[in-house]
Amino acid sequence: MKRVLMFLPVVLVIVLGVILFAGIGKDPSRLESALIGKPVPQFSLADLRQPEQQLGPELFQGQVSLLNVWGTWCPACRDEHDDLLWLAREKGVRIVGLNYKDNREEALKWLSALGDPYAINVYDPRGSLGFDLGVYGAPETYFIDAEGIVRYRHVGVINEKVWNAEFQPLMEQYGGSS
Amino acid sequence: MYPELGQMALILALLLATLLAVVPLIGSLTGREQLQAFARPLSAGLFVFVALAFAVLAHAFMTDDFSVAYVANNSNSLLPWYYKFSAVWGGHEGSLLLWVLMLAGWTLAVAVFSRQLPPAMVAQVLSVMGMVTVGFLLFTVLTSNPFDRILPNVPADGADLNPLLQDFGLIVHPPMLYMGYVGFSVAFAFAIAALINGRLDAAWARWSRPWTTVAWSFLTLGVALGSWWAYYELGWGGWWFWDPVENASLLPWLSGTALMHSLAVTEKRGVFKSWTVLLAIVTFSLSLLGAFLVRSGVLTSVHAFASDPERGKFLLLLLAITVVSSLTLYAFRAPVVHARARYEGLSREVFLLMNNVLLVAATLLVLVGTLYPLVLDYLDMGRLSIGEPFFSLTFSPLAIAAGLLLGAGIFSRWKKTDGGWLGRKLLWPLAVSMLFTASVLVGYGEFKPWAFAGIFSASWVVIATFFDLWEKSASRKGRLHGLRRQSRSYYGMVLGHLGMAIVMAGATVASNYGIERDVRMSPGDTAEVGGGYQAVFTEMGSRRGPNFTAEYGRFEILDSDGQLVSVQFPEKRQYLVQRSVMTEAAIDAGLFRDIFIAVGERVSDDAWAIRVQYKPLVRWLWLGAIFMAVGGFLAISDRRYRLREKVQKSVEPPAARDSEQTPGKPAGATS
Amino acid sequence: MAPLVRISVLLVLILSSASVAGQARDVYQFDSREKEQRFQALNAELRCPKCQNQNIADSNAPISKDMREEVHRMMSDGASDEEITNALVSRFGEFVRYKPEVDSRTIMLWATPALVVFIGVVIVALTVRRSGRADTSGDALTDEERARASRLLNDRDKRDHSS
Repeated sequence: MKRVLMFLPVVLVIVLGVILFAGIGKDPSRLESALIGKPVPQFSLADLRQPEQQLGPELFQGQVSLLNVWGTWCPACRDEHDDLLWLAREKGVRIVGLNYKDNREEALKWLSALGDPYAINVYDPRGSLGFDLGVYGAPETYFIDAEGIVRYRHVGVINEKVWNAEFQPLMEQYGGSS
Repeated sequence: MYPELGQMALILALLLATLLAVVPLIGSLTGREQLQAFARPLSAGLFVFVALAFAVLAHAFMTDDFSVAYVANNSNSLLPWYYKFSAVWGGHEGSLLLWVLMLAGWTLAVAVFSRQLPPAMVAQVLSVMGMVTVGFLLFTVLTSNPFDRILPNVPADGADLNPLLQDFGLIVHPPMLYMGYVGFSVAFAFAIAALINGRLDAAWARWSRPWTTVAWSFLTLGVALGSWWAYYELGWGGWWFWDPVENASLLPWLSGTALMHSLAVTEKRGVFKSWTVLLAIVTFSLSLLGAFLVRSGVLTSVHAFASDPERGKFLLLLLAITVVSSLTLYAFRAPVVHARARYEGLSREVFLLMNNVLLVAATLLVLVGTLYPLVLDYLDMGRLSIGEPFFSLTFSPLAIAAGLLLGAGIFSRWKKTDGGWLGRKLLWPLAVSMLFTASVLVGYGEFKPWAFAGIFSASWVVIATFFDLWEKSASRKGRLHGLRRQSRSYYGMVLGHLGMAIVMAGATVASNYGIERDVRMSPGDTAEVGGGYQAVFTEMGSRRGPNFTAEYGRFEILDSDGQLVSVQFPEKRQYLVQRSVMTEAAIDAGLFRDIFIAVGERVSDDAWAIRVQYKPLVRWLWLGAIFMAVGGFLAISDRRYRLREKVQKSVEPPAARDSEQTPGKPAGATS
Repeated sequence: MAPLVRISVLLVLILSSASVAGQARDVYQFDSREKEQRFQALNAELRCPKCQNQNIADSNAPISKDMREEVHRMMSDGASDEEITNALVSRFGEFVRYKPEVDSRTIMLWATPALVVFIGVVIVALTVRRSGRADTSGDALTDEERARASRLLNDRDKRDHSS
């Protein structure tokens, strides 16, 4: 009996080893959104291009959309911009932009210089919607279904690989056309 | 040309380490003394080549050889020379080479200081150390070669050492820490050797003890230096964050402390042998786990090295092979038969056992708390954070309990202690501790239950220690003679325990009575710091350093009488090469309090967010650690480790031995 | 008389406000010391989602600043610690809590120290009892064993001296 107990440490270590091995290569700083399965939080913010128009969560009703959090101050957003254009133009994806903690003139200049992949852009200078969404570092992209429920969040740059691996299956699942 | 020499030296070292791992071990198992005799020369050769490789790398840094990739990534021509040298271990590859250098160094030390051990035993111990060295050298040579070159496009200048590392702390902290981590490989090697040859006895414990104690002392210093460095370098006045990397260094320390105490019992009474061997294996395994956690990227930390999954896997493999094979050997070969010793409820043995229970509980607590998020993630049960609030809440009771146990345990006797007698002995220390604690709390102004418990436990240890010292030094030839009669071992223990009490007192007071404020200040403003101090912000200026520019604030510290105590210059530095902005806090250090000022962000044209902190007794944390380390070093310099004369005495019949007082050891003495 | 009083009062107000102007104000202000302490304690318990393991009190990241301001706003409005923490957790996830909730997921974690100490005490009690039954008569060396030991030790001394 005692001899069997002596094997306990080895067994525990092997279990631990398996768990540690599984952890290698994962990014411990990637967080899952707390809003998955929940509707987009209530907000009332101005349209980027048309300041007098107020936008709210009803933006997302009726069709599947991506919500892309971006700002001119974010270099990675510049990197993913061309991929967003590809998504909007080639794949026909509806991308709603969230201009986060930015300056309106700068943002408009950027879009006219680089192209505008967004169906519509929400202007969030103080970052209040971003905060309610749990945005912690741009760029972030949310997948929102036709009922306005958040289904997925990707932190970081979106490109073709990410799209195929993470978003394409969601499009199929939630009935988006692409 | 030289870097290739360094690379060759490493490969030769690997060869020698392999021979060391195999030849003497075979010699010891087959009784062939010529093979056993290879152990010492191989150890020497191994050290020479590793030292050569290290010297080559250091030379590359000192001469700005940017053709070596590691130098280019971690150095710069503008870097001051002392940082160029310590940059050798500023990154993963170089710090690994430091590990290997330490391993070779400790191996050589064992080879040199083991004349009185049986040659077969020495051969086995050195072989095991050789095996560990083979693992690390393989890891270095195959995945983390510091001598890789960037040819033909040699960069004009290097990427500079991370500004956070451009500090005195880098010069001392890693070497001390690694001395400790790697030092526990010796206890490990002794344990494995004992399992292999089956001779697990009091003599084994006696031989292991000094090596364990000295490794422990270095680790104590290493951990303390890390805490001190983080305190003044990171800019927010924290001295322990329960960060995974910090925990990685604490784990072998906790387990090593248990090992040290357990070895004492095994040596004296021949009991707990299996347990002690297990602790020796576990302690070194925790060192290895620490090395893995820091470099693999599985846990997020401010202190972590840049991570690489391939390296992580290799290191995990190395760790797995070492730990699983040693624990399997343990499972098969550790004695299950119990020693024929008898001890009762309140004996010293039991007190030390309970000490082990608390230390093991603390070790498991820190281990589980650190790895739990990983486990939950593996089980797809979401992401969790476990941080300082959790650890403080759960660790403190264990530390306090350990202190209380210690105070009582000091008076305990081997085999049996009479409960009533012990209780009566403790009455005076109890009374004095209560009084002292109450006065400290009154002094700091507020009654806080945790503060009471912590300070009481600390003062309990101190007072019990002094009571015991007082009793033991009683002598007809006068107090001084009585004090001189005590062994160095005893004083080592006294210092070690006092050190622990000092750390506990510092941690308790700094946490409970420290004051932190974030204030908005413009030049001319005054902030109340706490403890009666005021900080007057007089002006903002700028200056230029060797490889940075800085904006500094000038602060005058005034005491409660309005007298000027000091002038402080916290600054925000921008390093020229990496262009990162660093906060350099200004600290008015004192034995009984620190005043900590750091410049935060600029909130308007003429106002900044300034962090001011009053930190009572914070220095005691590191002072206590120094006490503990000195105690450890003192203990191993004890006469008993010069073995020869003692051998004869232990052969005499017990009756004669008890009546004769061995010098320095009155009856019932400890350690 | 009245104008004199008015002027004096005005002077006193001006003078006292001048000395107050030199006193640094907290970046985040509260109306009571108790709230201030709660604020600091809460900031130490909340994790910055973006940083490499820092709480929002110590971190300079913009998101930390936003979170601190939200904590400040909610606390000034009279929310309890739990309400504030829940509000942040609902946005950023359990990750931002440094002190995990005690639930079925974390019970093993919280129970660890007590469990280990309990098991340890039981084991110690058992070993003490078992040692009580140990046969201690065979401890001392017999005279014959003592003589043998002495011979062996002298032998080894001779060997060592001669080599």
